[in-house]
Amino acid sequence: MDRDALIRRFTDVVGAHGVISERNQLRTYECDGLANFRVIPSVVVLPETAEQVRQVVRACHEAGVPFVARGSGTGLSGGALPVSDGVLVVLARMRDILEIDLDNQRAVVEPGVLNLQVSKAVAADGFYYAPDPSSQQVCSIGGNVAENSGGAHCLKYGFTTNHVTGLEVVLPDGDLVHLGGKAPDPPGYDLMGAFVGSEGTLGIATKVTLRLLRKPEAVRTLMAAFEGTDHAGDAVSKIIAAGIVPAAIEMMDALAMEAAEAAVHVHYPEGAGAVLIVELDGPEAEVEHQFAEVERLCQEAGSTTIQIAADDEQRALFWKGRKSAFAAVGRISPDYYVQDGVIPRTALPEVLRKIADLAGERGLRVANVFHAGDGNLHPLVLYDGTVEGQEERAEELAAEILYACLEQGGSITGEHGVGFDKKQYMPKQFGDEDLQVMQLLRCAFDPEGRCNPGKVFPTPRLCGEAPGPRRVHPVEAAGLAEVF
Amino acid sequence: MAATLEGLERGGLVRPAGGADAVDGVPAELVAEPSSVAEASRVLAAACRAGKKVVVVGGGSKLGLGNPPERADLIVSTRRMDRVLEHAAGDLVVRVQAGARLADLQDALAPAGQWLALDPPEPGATVGGVVAANASGPRRLRYGTVRDLIIGITVVLADGTMARAGGKVVKNVAGYDLSKLFCGSLGTLGLIAEATFRLHPRPAAAAVVTLGVERVEQVGEAVQRLLRSTLVPSAIELDWHGPYGGPGLLSVVIEGIPPGVEAQAATAAGLLGEVGEAEVLGPGGTEAALSRLGVLPWEKAEVGIKVAVPPAELPGALTDLGSGWLGHGRMAAHAATGVLRVGLAGPDLGQPEQVEAFAGVVDKARAALAARLGTLVVAQAPPALKRALDVWGPPGDAVELMRRVKRQFDPDRQLSPGRFVGGI
Repeated sequence: MDRDALIRRFTDVVGAHGVISERNQLRTYECDGLANFRVIPSVVVLPETAEQVRQVVRACHEAGVPFVARGSGTGLSGGALPVSDGVLVVLARMRDILEIDLDNQRAVVEPGVLNLQVSKAVAADGFYYAPDPSSQQVCSIGGNVAENSGGAHCLKYGFTTNHVTGLEVVLPDGDLVHLGGKAPDPPGYDLMGAFVGSEGTLGIATKVTLRLLRKPEAVRTLMAAFEGTDHAGDAVSKIIAAGIVPAAIEMMDALAMEAAEAAVHVHYPEGAGAVLIVELDGPEAEVEHQFAEVERLCQEAGSTTIQIAADDEQRALFWKGRKSAFAAVGRISPDYYVQDGVIPRTALPEVLRKIADLAGERGLRVANVFHAGDGNLHPLVLYDGTVEGQEERAEELAAEILYACLEQGGSITGEHGVGFDKKQYMPKQFGDEDLQVMQLLRCAFDPEGRCNPGKVFPTPRLCGEAPGPRRVHPVEAAGLAEVF
Repeated sequence: MAATLEGLERGGLVRPAGGADAVDGVPAELVAEPSSVAEASRVLAAACRAGKKVVVVGGGSKLGLGNPPERADLIVSTRRMDRVLEHAAGDLVVRVQAGARLADLQDALAPAGQWLALDPPEPGATVGGVVAANASGPRRLRYGTVRDLIIGITVVLADGTMARAGGKVVKNVAGYDLSKLFCGSLGTLGLIAEATFRLHPRPAAAAVVTLGVERVEQVGEAVQRLLRSTLVPSAIELDWHGPYGGPGLLSVVIEGIPPGVEAQAATAAGLLGEVGEAEVLGPGGTEAALSRLGVLPWEKAEVGIKVAVPPAELPGALTDLGSGWLGHGRMAAHAATGVLRVGLAGPDLGQPEQVEAFAGVVDKARAALAARLGTLVVAQAPPALKRALDVWGPPGDAVELMRRVKRQFDPDRQLSPGRFVGGI
């Protein structure tokens, strides 16, 4: 089928207002939150119902055309980067909360619903939706499902995958299936668990059942300043060793504070080399007791000043500084490169020192702002693209930082996803067989490799071949030889 | 070049099966007990080449789950793969071989004040078995199930391919989450060789608040009051004896640090006091209640049924089941998660009409539960009864996709054929 025929078919399904095919309009969709990579799609379709998504995907399948799903386009790994000869399916018009079922603590939503929209819809009843990526005001639930999004509070409450109980999915051949639901333990494979975090490569979620949580009775937040990241890291270790599971522990270093201060005026203590934001929540008596302990442990670790959020307003300010840090870095550097590596929490001081050394060697600055409780680093490598050679050095440094994470048994990505951006690092974290076996799942869902192709894996697997690299040697098959 | 089964037998890795080596009444020819991932890989590769059907066994505590396998030529026991490989206490992470018993793992973690927050009821269960059978217990209310705690896995596929996914850091979205795919896959996708889990601090104190309940409506009301409060109970358990067995008991377990536990128990007693007679148990009563928490309501020779419904549908499910044959069983529920178990003697297998009638009762209960978006699984039954009914029930519209996954991972159906959902 040629492009015009496909456009006609899409127009039949979603109407003319749901199809974009003019080049200048298509340009709007050329990248997601990672602007380093840009590809103009062949066509953009904006379906409004699951049935329309199904028909659009079926049309792509029949025409042999690849497609990419996109929510709000806030992803930071190029996961929603279009393919030039393919269709971009934008779910932004599917923005209805279909059902709120407080008796079962569930909400059923369309994929375009914004993360914060869910919490707002149930706030008056004392409930909320726990995963809180920094982009939660604009990112979509469908995108969260694709990326298995985290956020500051996933230290205690887990990630998107722990808060999704059911999915309706359009498979790459246009079939519609239901995975999980409102009831626990559905018999069969946990394909829902495999789908969440699959970065749009296994199909398109058209309906998502979410777990709602009761808002905690008490929330206490403090911001502790330290001489440097070593001391702050020590405080983190002490808190965890004391058997306390805070809702969040976030760290910012001096450079990240400088940027955030310029943007939102948090009034970080003068001369501090690092701050920790520690938040506890839960039943009042428990929180009060443990909060006092956290305060004591921070002092023991050498905290110079401790500010305790007096009210929701001050707590919001602490978090605003933290959550706006990425964007704020734009105020102190024309360009920056964000990484998302993960390390075992106990390796924090060592890896932070290594990052500083690596940056020093290359004459670049790195701002660190990260989820210290679960070891998820977000080093921001600052550079000036107009200075010859700086961008290349920044990229090199960013890669070195990931290798430092992997040396500690960590991961190349904790929440941003592999996407297009980090797929070349996958063979550094996993062996050939590991990647081959992962792609068996892809082959079951998408044997033709048309659903978000070119993401996650550096080399696609051809489906249909026998799994695994082991082959029976003819001599062996004939029973003529064996080796222990 | 790899070994043949005969070669492995001469090398002592594979031995002829004894009379007791059977899965759900299906006898095995051979048994292998590898002690490492590499040995497991050699065994499976050899079995694959020989066309032998393989059933992987851990502690054997849930071997009765699922349909009897079509064949079980080779039993691969993970019994000797029982080491705790790495406990990073400061990171709250443990990597363990699949054949380690969960109880032994908990003992190994206890000195650090930590535990793997899983409390399945089957004694003797191994870590791999808990993952493969998606076993869970009362505290799933607070901590979730094994899918929520597993962060990495090493598996051996039917052809001997070794692969791992995830890792040893809690937060990690690199690659597909195969750990979850293997949770509950009942040995049909591959042998689980190692798993890595996030751990939790062991709570320092516990309290149990009980409520005597006589009507199903009280159960629903009590659970809703608790769920809509800001309390954070570890478990809410119901013992229920149906309309014929007298009143039931709801037990709320609260765990944490002493001052917090005390305050929460008092609040819980207040809330439950509005529904019926509530009591905060003393130290002796608490200990006794915790020791019998989550015990399966069935004996070894009996029929065990697991019902799962959205939590608010539990009173309705109790009513659905209560009026028929199943209502004569002993019932126990994770009341706030919607999991209900029923144990009963089952039909007389010598009387075909009784067996048929029982299968009809199961079908009818499934239809009623389906209207509540729930499912019913016959979790334990004599093989003869299993052959007369479908232990899993209707598999839903994703069953073809599940079959495609199975075909990719195990194209020749080497692993536990026929044991799983939809004949997988």
